[in-house]
Amino acid sequence: MSSINSVDLVNSKEILESIKLGKRKDGRDLLEYRNLEIKTGFLPSADGSSWVKLGNTEIIAGIKFVVGTPYPDSPDKGSMSLNLELSGLSSPNFITGPPQIDAVEFGRVADRAIRHANIINFEDLAIVPGEKVFIAFIDCIAVNADGNLIDATQLAAITALMNAKIPKLDENYNIILKEYTDKDISMNLKNIPVSITFDKVADKIILDSNQVEELASSARFSLGIVGDTVTSCHKTKGGVFSEEEINFMIDTAVGKYAEFSKIILDSRK
Amino acid sequence: MTKRLDGRKNDELRPMKVELGVVKSADGSCYLEWGNNTVIATVHGPRPIFPKHLANSEKAVVDYRYRMAPFSVGERKSPVPAKRDKEISLVSGFSLESAIQVEKFPNTVIDIDTVILSSNAGTRAAAITAASLACADAGLPMNGIVSAVASGRANGEFILDLTKEEEDAEDAVDTAIGVLMPQKEIVLLQMDGFVKKEDWKKMISIGLKGAEKVYDFQKNALLKKYPVDGDINE
Repeated sequence: MSSINSVDLVNSKEILESIKLGKRKDGRDLLEYRNLEIKTGFLPSADGSSWVKLGNTEIIAGIKFVVGTPYPDSPDKGSMSLNLELSGLSSPNFITGPPQIDAVEFGRVADRAIRHANIINFEDLAIVPGEKVFIAFIDCIAVNADGNLIDATQLAAITALMNAKIPKLDENYNIILKEYTDKDISMNLKNIPVSITFDKVADKIILDSNQVEELASSARFSLGIVGDTVTSCHKTKGGVFSEEEINFMIDTAVGKYAEFSKIILDSRK
Repeated sequence: MTKRLDGRKNDELRPMKVELGVVKSADGSCYLEWGNNTVIATVHGPRPIFPKHLANSEKAVVDYRYRMAPFSVGERKSPVPAKRDKEISLVSGFSLESAIQVEKFPNTVIDIDTVILSSNAGTRAAAITAASLACADAGLPMNGIVSAVASGRANGEFILDLTKEEEDAEDAVDTAIGVLMPQKEIVLLQMDGFVKKEDWKKMISIGLKGAEKVYDFQKNALLKKYPVDGDINE
């Protein structure tokens, strides 16, 4: 478990009171995101890379293709694997060591928000159907953890994927390092996946919480959206939502889709 | 309306069978058969928490474990908890935290262990439903009971409590929903698939109705073991 800074804990009580009145400490509206910057393709060693800054939250995603065997239930398809690392590097509240439960959870939620969007044509990642396929390993590293790691991780992962190049293979299907085909990952660009995460603070629903706001939140809800379609959802933390609140969050997330899908699409070089 | 493979109506649950207090050494326990899902849940605590830095001075820590036995699935599953198991454990624990009056037991831990002995889709719902009964069986002060069920779509029909065969349909989507009853508050909601938002809202509302049926079953199970007169809300 990560330990919690007691100053943050005290501040979170203050934030709870102020959000009750509909006000956020940094002046944002309840449903407003922080400033977002995305830089892609900046790592020479990775097959694809992205650096996402969402307010003070920063996540770096790097892609490495590996030749592997397909899953028995999908012999003609490649696959992807998303991993998130929250080490002591990114926050005084994290401990470096084996993956903590937060990292496992956030990584899986971000993974699902991409996997089920039908954006990647996994058939095109097959090399020898039934025997050899590409597996896209998406390793995400938190550089600075200041809340909403799920959306930031999903953004970093999808923008890195969109800028990834597929490596060349020798005759034995081994990857030739630093040599790339001119192929991108085959994608269905109509299905850009967007992840939108809500927190419930007091009785208010807010978007894009920072770390202190997350301490004040009682329940969290993440949605994976494609257009007006929901592709994944995940409710977490000990609090509760009513059916009306869930429906409100679905409508709000769908309303945010156009803005974020455009940002993701524009990051493609 | 096409008939389901096992002849159920669209909003019908699979048959359930339950026994409380099956594990003598535990403070509370429950054995549940739900269709072809079989699960055992036990509760220990509230008891002292170790290591001590994990303690919360405002409430009891709910430590929930969801485990699938190696023999519970087609091909043997490694007994090492996978990422999936860890995530389900976390969110299921949160869902029960809302049902238990955790603020009455600061600096303690309530250990809830569930083992899936055989699985056929909807195991996390079955585990939560059983764990909730085990908590009541342990006599923990509770705000309500968590009733969980899967609500989904297969072959174009909206259906409740999907089986593995139904889950494997081409267009299948399934939403696991946990509801704090009788308040009807949503404490668990997980889905992956591809579904229009209006369809999904419908799925959630069907799930809420399904949870009421699960709640009726849970209530009867508790009344059978702990008869009381009048209205109960343990």
